[in-house]
Amino acid sequence: MLKYLLLIVMLATPVMAVQPDEILADPVMEARARDISKGLRCLVCRNENIDDSNAELARDLRLLVRERLVAGDTDQEVEDFVVERYGEYVLLKPMFSLSNAMLWFAGPALLIVGGWISLVFIRRRSTGAALPEEGLTADEQAKLDALLKG
Amino acid sequence: MTAELGHFALILAFAISIPQIIIPMIGAHKGWNDWMRFATPAAIAQFLLVGVAFAMLTTAFVTSDFSVRLVAANSHSAKPMLYKVTGVWANHEGSMLLWITILTLFGATIAVWGRNLPPSLKARVLSVQSMVGAAFLAFILFTSNPFTRLGQPPVDGNGLNPLLQDPGLAFHPPFLYLGYVGLSMAFSFAVAALIEGKVDAAWARWVRPWTLAAWIFLTIGIGLGSWWAYYELGWGGWWFWDPVENASFMPWLMATALLHSAIVVEKRNALKSWTVLLAILAFSFSLIGTFIVRSGVITSVHAFANDPERGVFILVILAVAIGGALTLYALRATQLKSTAVFGLVSRESGLVMNNLLLSVAAAVVFVGTIWPLVAEITTGAKVSVGAPFFNIAFTPFMVVLAMILPIAAMLPWKRGDLKRTMQPLWGIAALSVALGAAVWVMQTGGRMLAPVGLTLAFWVVVGAMADVAVRVKLGKASLPESLRRSRNLPRADWGKMFSHIGFGLMIFGISAIMSWEVEDIRVAKIGDTFPLQAYEIRFDGVKGIQGPNYTAARGEFTLFKDRVEIAKLYPEKRNYPVQSMPTSEAAIDQNLLRDVYVVLGDRQNDGGWAVRSYVKPFTNWIWIGVFTLSFGGLLSITDRRYRVASAARKSTMSAVPAE
Repeated sequence: MLKYLLLIVMLATPVMAVQPDEILADPVMEARARDISKGLRCLVCRNENIDDSNAELARDLRLLVRERLVAGDTDQEVEDFVVERYGEYVLLKPMFSLSNAMLWFAGPALLIVGGWISLVFIRRRSTGAALPEEGLTADEQAKLDALLKG
Repeated sequence: MTAELGHFALILAFAISIPQIIIPMIGAHKGWNDWMRFATPAAIAQFLLVGVAFAMLTTAFVTSDFSVRLVAANSHSAKPMLYKVTGVWANHEGSMLLWITILTLFGATIAVWGRNLPPSLKARVLSVQSMVGAAFLAFILFTSNPFTRLGQPPVDGNGLNPLLQDPGLAFHPPFLYLGYVGLSMAFSFAVAALIEGKVDAAWARWVRPWTLAAWIFLTIGIGLGSWWAYYELGWGGWWFWDPVENASFMPWLMATALLHSAIVVEKRNALKSWTVLLAILAFSFSLIGTFIVRSGVITSVHAFANDPERGVFILVILAVAIGGALTLYALRATQLKSTAVFGLVSRESGLVMNNLLLSVAAAVVFVGTIWPLVAEITTGAKVSVGAPFFNIAFTPFMVVLAMILPIAAMLPWKRGDLKRTMQPLWGIAALSVALGAAVWVMQTGGRMLAPVGLTLAFWVVVGAMADVAVRVKLGKASLPESLRRSRNLPRADWGKMFSHIGFGLMIFGISAIMSWEVEDIRVAKIGDTFPLQAYEIRFDGVKGIQGPNYTAARGEFTLFKDRVEIAKLYPEKRNYPVQSMPTSEAAIDQNLLRDVYVVLGDRQNDGGWAVRSYVKPFTNWIWIGVFTLSFGGLLSITDRRYRVASAARKSTMSAVPAE
């Protein structure tokens, strides 16, 4: 009876994330493959990367990534290759592009605006305090220019 | 009969919620006492009725009444009792019923314990609370009735998703809901204060314990969910930046900000209008979270379009609540004048920084969560936003927060002197950096995560202790004097120390597991022994076992270190025949230094088994951090100033002549 139950369990089980037979012999290349896999979405799953996913499609994609690496692609080339095939949807980290500008700049922009408002607010609160001079010193200006250029 | 009774109780609760909105509000406006007083019995009755409905649904689940559609769809007679009970909220309709039960529970607590609140404020708070209640009762009654009967009841039910049949997840939703529904109190207080046109220290003293309570529950709820993911999903992931997780994380970040800004209102009578705005935003994020989870809109726009009724309903509630509250805020916020003056270098400024970082971090999570939706609607582009994005976009805010925390926490109110505050901290800062450098050398370069993480963790933990040490003059005064001082230190200060230490410990655990995890994936034959970092693992065999409602293959492993046996590990692969769904139960040998984590995979053609094993260093410190964080909250909420408020209430009660 128990043997029979065991058989059922085994039959019903899907493939698990990274399988022993997928692993590349070269540990450095394997580590690269794992890194790339963690940034690629399993297309049929809910918010899961192909490295963690049990889906058959994720396995295909993992094998594809390794194939490209063995063929001598750089990490970027592998990623480009996958995006070419499946679209930007496959990337868990959206590209740093104009159409995603809002996504990437929301944090820094809000921080700058919020920081500026806070500073104005605090300064207004601190009436009578020895306030530093308005504007930037020559030194600060030079630093700022360097930052903007770089 | 039970289902009808529950349905009827819900309708009655809805019927009461409407006058509870109108009568106290008019009463407070006109100054009519008996109209204001109506809110108290109404709020209690509303809670009792919703409670009856919840009890009825629970009865239906416990007795496996499959004539109720919800029970048939989500329960099974062979399920263990615990999961019959938790099955009540492991589905859409039941979870909404739990949501409203908790909402009305919070309303009732104000009705019962809010005797020392100004009557008009209490009436308005309960009125606003009832607006939210009425909206969600209508939502349940019109779109998500849990009590629908089936014409032809099935012989047995469909069962519960096996992944959810787990103690960690069983109690995850109630805690989470106690947390983010608890923020409705802050919201109701904020809206009531805007109507009232008055925010003062007393108001903050009322809001803060409620926010703290909500925050403690939310912290524990998120912690439980994360812990569950760690041992149940099979590879030890503990946070995925999934939209559903983000839905609970955004209110948590905002509640954390609110906790801190409410201190400024309470102690310094400043930041009033910002605190009110935060209270509104914190609950708005709870509503947005509910919308995200309940409408399915984030997982797929198409899922939303196929069944738009529920999503649209919540969207309308959301728009009215958030839009209404923000409009009111825009109209009335200018009345909330803060008079306090403070310098650029002061505790107040430090708390403003805290608020800035936490709310911008919450905004980043928000934008990341809704971006796939926004992109698809505006440009039609399909994009994914996952962990790699959040790790880059969110982490910097936490790094800066950890950097300024020990300093800001020690700055005095009003006006500080950076040099003086930094005096006891320089040594700790130097030690932290030295520790980070040592780590960097030991791991021979590589990623900066561990060195930076450990530097910050040490800085935050020891910095938090230094704060208390300075307060009690440890080392400066005699030991008995320091002890006396530490006994007199308000509990809130101990709470602050523990919570900040908890934050530091979490940074430690998270950086450690992300940098130093060791993984081994292989095919092992029975009898094989293989090395894993400093350990050896022997694969002893696989047995078939029969659980209460599942069958499983159970692997047997022995863990050795230096040829000495330290543990037996039994990972399982379970199959739940009702849903024919497999789950994996990892076997974990835990201690404070590392977890050894073993997962049994598939049987291979050559007779071996796929085995995944990990050494996850210092993982337990993440949960210890979560626990310490909430323990600090607990100390803070039991601070004397809140207990004194309740004692004052008792004495005024006894002073009232018994007529």
